[in-house]
Amino acid sequence: MRIRQSILLATTALALTVAAVQPSVADTSDKRIALSNNYAGNSWRQAMLKSWGKNAEQAVSAGTVAAGDAFTTAENQATEQAAQIQNLILQGYDAIVVNAASPTALNGAVKEACDAGIVVVSFDGVVTEPCAWRIAVDFKKMGEIQVDYLSGRLPDGGELLEIRGLAGVFVDDEIHSGIEAGVANHDKFNVAGSVHGEWTQTVAQKAVAGILPSMPEIVAVVTQGGDGYGAAQAFSAAGRPTPIIIMGNRHDELTWWKEQKDANGYETMSVSIAPGVSTLAFWVAQQILDGQDVPKELIVPFLQIDQADLEEGLANTEPGGVSNVEYSLDDAKAYLESVK
Amino acid sequence: MSGLGFFASARFWRGALPALSLTFVLLGVFWLQPRAMSYFGLNLLFNLAVPIALATIAQMFVIAVNDLDLSIGSFVSLVACIGATWLNETPLLGIAALLGCIAVYAAIGALIYIRQLPSIVVTLGMSFVWSGCAVLLLPTPGGSAPDWIRSLVTLKPPYVPMPLVAAVVLALVVHFALMRTSWGVLMRGVGGNEKAITRAGWSVLKLKMTMYALTAVFGILAGLTLVGLATSADANIALRYTLLSIAGVILGGGEFVGGRISPVGAVLGAMTLTLTASFLSFLRISPDWQIGAQGAVLIIVLALRAIVNRLEARK
Repeated sequence: MRIRQSILLATTALALTVAAVQPSVADTSDKRIALSNNYAGNSWRQAMLKSWGKNAEQAVSAGTVAAGDAFTTAENQATEQAAQIQNLILQGYDAIVVNAASPTALNGAVKEACDAGIVVVSFDGVVTEPCAWRIAVDFKKMGEIQVDYLSGRLPDGGELLEIRGLAGVFVDDEIHSGIEAGVANHDKFNVAGSVHGEWTQTVAQKAVAGILPSMPEIVAVVTQGGDGYGAAQAFSAAGRPTPIIIMGNRHDELTWWKEQKDANGYETMSVSIAPGVSTLAFWVAQQILDGQDVPKELIVPFLQIDQADLEEGLANTEPGGVSNVEYSLDDAKAYLESVK
Repeated sequence: MSGLGFFASARFWRGALPALSLTFVLLGVFWLQPRAMSYFGLNLLFNLAVPIALATIAQMFVIAVNDLDLSIGSFVSLVACIGATWLNETPLLGIAALLGCIAVYAAIGALIYIRQLPSIVVTLGMSFVWSGCAVLLLPTPGGSAPDWIRSLVTLKPPYVPMPLVAAVVLALVVHFALMRTSWGVLMRGVGGNEKAITRAGWSVLKLKMTMYALTAVFGILAGLTLVGLATSADANIALRYTLLSIAGVILGGGEFVGGRISPVGAVLGAMTLTLTASFLSFLRISPDWQIGAQGAVLIIVLALRAIVNRLEARK
C-alpha cells in the first residue's frame, strides 16, 4: 500500500539527510516558483491546488523559497495557458511548474520560458518540449491493473463498461490504451460500451444512465477516477445489479464503497494519482534551482487502495477530497535519490 | 448646432472607446509589471493576440452580413491541425486541403442565403464537422509546424515587436478594403440593406459567398499563425476563439446587425481581450474569481458602449 510505502520513504529520507551532507538550503531562498494549472473544476484538482498551497506556504515561511504562487486558467484551453505562461515569464519567476492542457500546444511558450532561463517542470499533464522536466504518471499501467484485478475476481470474464475522461486529453488516451491492453491480455473480457464521464460524478452518472438501457449484463465498470460513484448511482437508478465498479480514491466513492462493504460485503479496488504530486513537482523545481542534477524524465507511482486498506484510506481522505500523499523536501530528495 | 456637436461627439466616443479601453488596460499592465514595457515584454504580451485578432477579423466578415459564425474556433483548430501535419509533410496536399476549406465556407454561405437558414444553426453544425475532421487528422495532440511559418511568426523586426506590426498591418489592410473601396461598401450593404443591393442589380448570393470565403481565408491565417506560435497542434487548440472573436468584434464597436463594423476596432478589441487576461493575472486575482472578473471587464466596456449608443439615439 502506497501510504505505508511513503512512510517508509520518509524514514529512509530521514536517514539519508542525517547521513549525507546536503548543500545549504539558502541557495534558493530568493527564488520564486509559480504553478501554471489548466483546470480546477473537480475534486482532484482542488486537492492538488490545496496541497500545493499548503506546501508552498510552509516553504516560504521556512525561507526555502521566496514565493510559490499558483495560477489557474479560467477555461481549460491550451491557448489561454500559453498566454498565462508568457505572463509568468514576464513576472520574472525562476521556475514554472506546469500541469498542461495539452502535451504539445504549450511547447512554444515553454520554449520561450526556457530561453529566458526559467526552469520548467511539468507534471500530471506533461509537455513534450525537450527543455522541460517531466514528472509523468504511468497512466497506462493504471488502466491495465484494473483489468488485471478484475481477471482475478471474475475468472469467467464478461462484459465491461468503460468510463473515459475528457475526449482528446492525453491522460484519457493513456488510461484508455491501458484498459485496451488489459482487455487484450485477458480475452475473456469485452468492452461492451464506453462513455465519457469527464472525471466528474454528475457527468458520469448522466452518461452511464444514457447508455445502460442498450447494454447487456455488465460484470464490471472500468473507470478513470471521479466517476465511480456516479456510475453506481446510475446502476441503482436503473434497477440493475451493481457490478464491480473500480473506484478512483475520491471521498464520495470510498464512502459509498464502505457503506456497501458494511451492508453486503461489496468488494472492489480503488486507484488514482495522489494529488500531492504537485508538491513533488514543487520540490523537484526547487532542487533544480538548487543546482542538483535531476533527470528530465521522472515517473511517480499511483496510489492504490485495496479492500483491506479501505478504512485506513477513507480516514486519510478529506470529505469532498481525494486520498492524498504529500511530499516534503526530504521525501522529494529521497525520491530523486531513488531514481538516480 | 448643439445637436450636431452632440452627434459628432457620440460618434467620436464610439470610435475611440476600443482604443481607450486598450490604452487603459495597457497602462494597468505597465503599472503592475514594468518589465512588460520592453521589446521582449510587448512581444510576450501580444504574440498570442495575433491569431485572435485574425479570427476576430474572420468573424467580422460574417457579422457584417448579419450572420454569426459559431464554428470559427473549431475551424481554426482544424487549420492548425492541417498546418502541423499535411502542410508540413506534403505541402501540396496541405494547400489543397486549405483551398478546399475555403470552398466549403463559400458553399456554407450559399446554403445559408439560398435556403434562408439561420446561420447560427448551420455554423453550430459545422463546428462539429470541423472538430471531427481535426480529431480524425490528429487523434492525439502533436505534429509540428512547418519551419517557414515558425520563422515567420518568430521574426524579430528592429524597434517594434512583430505582433504590433502584424496588428497594424492587419487593421489597415482590412480597413482600407472594407471601408474605403466601393467593393467594401457593397459587402457591408448586404448587412445594411439587402433589398437595396438586390434592386441595384447585384447578386447577394455572390457577395455572401465572398464574405464567407474571406472568413475562411482569415480563419486559415489565424490557424497557421497559432500553430507557428505553439509549434504543434491539438484538435481542441482554439475552441475558445469562437466566443473571443465575437466578443472582440462587439468590443471593437461592431453591431450584430446592420453591417455596422469596424476593422480597426475589431483588432483593438481582440488585443484588449488578450491583455485583460494578462492584467487580471498580474493583479493576482484568485483563479476562482478570474472568470468573473473577465466577464465584468466585458460588461463595463459594453455598458459604456450602451451609454454611447444612447447619446447617439438622442442626437
